[in-house]
Amino acid sequence: MAYDKFEVLTSTAYPLPTENVDTDQIIPARFLKATKRVDFDVNFFRDWRYNSDGTPKAEFPLNKEVYAGSKILVGGRNFGSGSSREHAAWSVYDFGLRCVISSEFADIFKNNCLNVGVLPVQVSALFADTLFAAIMADPKTEIKVDLPNQKVTLVATGESESFVINTYKKHNMLNGFDDIDYLKNIEKEITDFAKTRPF
Amino acid sequence: MANTLFDKVWDSHVVRQINDGPDVFFIDRHFIHEVTSPVAFLGLESRGNSVVYPARTFATADHNTPTINQHLPVADPLSANQLDALENNAAKHGISHWGLGDENNGIVHVVGPENGITLPGATIVCGDSHTSTHGAFGAIAFGIGTSEVEMVLSTQCIMQPKPKKMRINVNGKLGLGVTSKDVALYIIAKQTTSGATGYFVEYAGDVFEDMSMEGRMTVCNLSIEMGARGGMIAPDSKTYEYLKGRSQTPKGADWDKAMKYWDTLYTEEGAAFDEEFNYEASDIDPMITYGTNPGMGMGITKSIPTAESIEGGVATYRKSLGYMSFNEGDAMIGKEIDFVFLGSCTNGRIEDFRAFCSIVEGRQKADNVTAWLVPGSHKVVDQINAEGLDKIITDAGFVLREPGCSACLAMNDDKIPSGKLSVSTSNRNFEGRQGPGSRTLLASPLVAAASAVEGVVTDPRTILNANA
Repeated sequence: MAYDKFEVLTSTAYPLPTENVDTDQIIPARFLKATKRVDFDVNFFRDWRYNSDGTPKAEFPLNKEVYAGSKILVGGRNFGSGSSREHAAWSVYDFGLRCVISSEFADIFKNNCLNVGVLPVQVSALFADTLFAAIMADPKTEIKVDLPNQKVTLVATGESESFVINTYKKHNMLNGFDDIDYLKNIEKEITDFAKTRPF
Repeated sequence: MANTLFDKVWDSHVVRQINDGPDVFFIDRHFIHEVTSPVAFLGLESRGNSVVYPARTFATADHNTPTINQHLPVADPLSANQLDALENNAAKHGISHWGLGDENNGIVHVVGPENGITLPGATIVCGDSHTSTHGAFGAIAFGIGTSEVEMVLSTQCIMQPKPKKMRINVNGKLGLGVTSKDVALYIIAKQTTSGATGYFVEYAGDVFEDMSMEGRMTVCNLSIEMGARGGMIAPDSKTYEYLKGRSQTPKGADWDKAMKYWDTLYTEEGAAFDEEFNYEASDIDPMITYGTNPGMGMGITKSIPTAESIEGGVATYRKSLGYMSFNEGDAMIGKEIDFVFLGSCTNGRIEDFRAFCSIVEGRQKADNVTAWLVPGSHKVVDQINAEGLDKIITDAGFVLREPGCSACLAMNDDKIPSGKLSVSTSNRNFEGRQGPGSRTLLASPLVAAASAVEGVVTDPRTILNANA
């Protein structure tokens, strides 16, 4: 099993309303030299979390004690743009997050999240604003992400919105499966197909 | 029903469609490099799988390589370890490997086409978002994550939902000093950094038909910078001319057979797209970016827009300008620069060095500018030397470095220092992209060259007009 199953998650959330957060911010290139999946939690948002002398930037949401231990991050529009580095999705997971909510995700980041056990939940811009406002008003406010029912709810008020995920990926997330399990099961079909390719 | 180029190539690679799920999508060609492949090989081995079609995967070292003294051992132990891992994994699994010093070595998106690995109608992936480059040949090419690298190694397929289709038409003739890079930056500025998210783009119209293969590669390369998974251009006689005789292209009867297939790769009259945009070549000026994503670009003579005049969040916009230390309303021309970077999978090809030399020939690098000129491959280096461009470069006070991704992502020692302003021919101006605290202005090789000799952001037309 590549990652822990995802069913229903209720948690406080880190708010990061900045738009167009690219994967170079999530994990800068200079931390991509490892040949194993180690330390990506440490360098998660490295240059936004820490000053150049290594001291934490107190105002950055991931450093605020009040949000510590949250398993959800609510991000601004177009979250995860740029580089295809899966290290970005690993760093999200390894930091302890299981869900990112945004009004828009970059394609490759979204795919990578689904492949490593982070649920990307796309909501309307209006609902994203509602979530940000609720977190600002009460940093301990909880969000419930219900994968079986494809529903995200602001626990305090009951405001909710449904989200889209295809049946195949949903099944994988609910069971902790990944695509290689599926592909290896249809190996014969792939081998036959390969024979038809001209180059 | 009339079919698009994209549908023709995509549909011919679907092994199986999953109901309310992704397509099982067959991959013809797979490039790997040292940064995004090691964990995939670990996964492969821990599951006890093997590489099913080693001849369909090609390894080259590029992201994390030094651009000086490549004949010496790599000094940084982490980088050396990563390069060793690529070499060992390739050797262990029977994958061809072009390591440091190999005559075929270079940036993956430069060496693929150069060696004829990139072909029309093929599906091509790599753990790198600029894999979209190969779409210039009428291939479907896009970046993938490391989990997908493992999928390709162990099954030659990935699970991919079919993207929506967008066509971007640019018609007319480009003006003096306006290059393929400017066309791409113009389109991205119009679309914004996320405007094409969820789409695969076909580029069509006079401008792309007239463009060289190098130019088409620059345009397709930058498709990801507006959120598109990839971009493609229908193959034509230029495509075939470029490919014919390259080391790995089909030969003899196989070539003729391939050509017959490639001739069917075009979008038919009346085929439907989910979105379509039309732009005029005459509206495009040499471009420059002023912010922290590639969508924040404008004609070089313009002033930085005010927060109120742009779409989207004012807070994010102001944060971006704050990082750049720019003000709303600032002119870009005349801003003093510190660095110039010519290179990357976007602009590291022979045509880019020719363009750079057309400006710097007979002039001198400005004293305040540090310039890094990094060819995309050894073959580009050889061509630079064969054409005598090396002498022009040296005479003008520049130094040519050895191939690699270099300061585009600054994984190696080629880092722009904090606060310094760089005019870069690469693809991303994100915060810290070229080194922590670095500030990047994306532009064409012509703008980079003009700025390198003047020491300030310069419209290349002033020099081109003086040359004329």
